[in-house]
Amino acid sequence: MQKPVLELKGSSFTLSVLHVNSTDLPLLLQELDKKLAQAPQFFIHAPLVLNFSAISGEAIDLAKLQQTMADRQLILVGVSGADAQQQQQAESLGIAHLKMGKQNPLPPPAPRVCKIVKQNIRSGQQIYAKGGDLVIFGAVSNGAEVIADGSIHIYGTLRGKAMAGASGDNNAVIIAKTLDAELVSIAGQYWLAENLQQHGAKSSGCIRLNGESLIVETLPD
Amino acid sequence: MAQIIVVTSGKGGVGKTTSSAAIATGLALKGHKTVVIDFDIGLRNLDLVMGCERRVVYDFVNVINGEANLNQALIKDKRCDKLFILPASQTRDKDALTKEGVGKVLADLSKDFEFIVCDSPAGIETGAMMALYFADTAIVTTNPEVSSVRDSDRILGMLQSRSRRAEDNLEPIKEYLLLTRYSPARVKTGEMLSVEDVQEILAIDLLGVIPESQAVLKASNSGVPVIIDQESDAGQAYTDTVSRLLGEDIPLRFTSEEKKGFLKRIFG
Ligand SMILES: Nc1ncnc2c1ncn2[C@@H]1O[C@H](COP(=O)(O)OP(=O)(O)OP(=O)(O)O)[C@@H](O)[C@H]1O
Ligand SMILES: [Mg+2]
Repeated sequence: MQKPVLELKGSSFTLSVLHVNSTDLPLLLQELDKKLAQAPQFFIHAPLVLNFSAISGEAIDLAKLQQTMADRQLILVGVSGADAQQQQQAESLGIAHLKMGKQNPLPPPAPRVCKIVKQNIRSGQQIYAKGGDLVIFGAVSNGAEVIADGSIHIYGTLRGKAMAGASGDNNAVIIAKTLDAELVSIAGQYWLAENLQQHGAKSSGCIRLNGESLIVETLPD
Repeated sequence: MAQIIVVTSGKGGVGKTTSSAAIATGLALKGHKTVVIDFDIGLRNLDLVMGCERRVVYDFVNVINGEANLNQALIKDKRCDKLFILPASQTRDKDALTKEGVGKVLADLSKDFEFIVCDSPAGIETGAMMALYFADTAIVTTNPEVSSVRDSDRILGMLQSRSRRAEDNLEPIKEYLLLTRYSPARVKTGEMLSVEDVQEILAIDLLGVIPESQAVLKASNSGVPVIIDQESDAGQAYTDTVSRLLGEDIPLRFTSEEKKGFLKRIFG
């Protein structure tokens, strides 16, 4: 198939933002030159965004500001935090108005949970450990399903289905004291009973992803 | 307070009704006042196996609907005065059983009886769910073959999750395995699973092993619970089962192939 001439894709970029705290142009230029002198390499040809939130409601000569920046080889790509009038001014000069993303960094990932189930999982039952590991003290029957976003440990015989890395974690593993499963899968890569049987009948095992394919290893006694 | 025992299986035709009749009779013969209830609405046959089908006037559904009281519906067994039968309706459909209705009847019976034995219908529909919902003890009746074991496993899951004890976070239902229609000869040839195989998969306590026996059909045809036939292997196996249910420790019988004696070998 031919590649389309145009493709629209979203991306995010990191831009330097100059916070403008005064409308006094000569004063601003003086400060700007000082900053440029400190780190000229950092600013030359760099795309810059001006933030006007501190001077909201005040008039500023944006055209002049753009010109003086261009003289200093700075590329003004947008303004943010601008009031309606400042936005209009930017628009007429062909400068984008950018919405500020959330300043606070992403919250740290929730700690991984470990769900422990101390019983046999019977045919027709399904256990899901969301966002973490699953540990079963017991057997998983034919017709039962155990699922985890993390790894699955079964201290008993796995006769049913086990799906680890259910939301895509390639590093998840499945460990069972005795492997006699209908299906095992890690991050969507799966094996049926017949694939498993080639490993040898009903021994212990650790199943994990090796690149794109599953591998199974017998556990030491 | 009575102990409520459900005889259940998932799969049909494995011997629930045969076992319910035998165990209820066995408990009563040991002096415990016992009632056995047929939950198989629309397909009743407990009354046939108990030999009281001609004495059915009112049934379980009549009692639930308030059309008859318990005393009118309970049938007193003609062989044992500690034993009563609450027959199922042949004409209603299984949705006649409601949780409130069944709960009320069981609560009323609890005041009078030591044991309430519930003969569950097959499947996992309303009737089976109602039969197991209030149970304290479950006798999971299983034949030594893969599909029966699979269905028993499914029922064990239901006992753990869909019963009153599970919902109210009480001590779980005591689960027992009753292996029926066991044929040591066919286990030996690999046609059937062995006691050990089934126990390994289901992982619950074994209450008894009932051999495949001609005596069962003979007994149900004449409306006499097989446990009454103490000459028969099945009758004796059910007696052992009842003793174990009452806490006695009794070795298994009829689980290995009968050794033919010298005379039998000659005369067949
Ligand atoms: N131990 C046994 N030996 C030989 N036949 C048996 C034995 N147990 C039960 N049967 C026969 O199996 C058939 C089914 O038995 P039964 O009606 O007790 O099963 P059930 O589980 O109650 O069936 P349903 O699911 O239809 O209620 C009957 O014909 C019965 O005679
Ligand atoms: Mg029946």
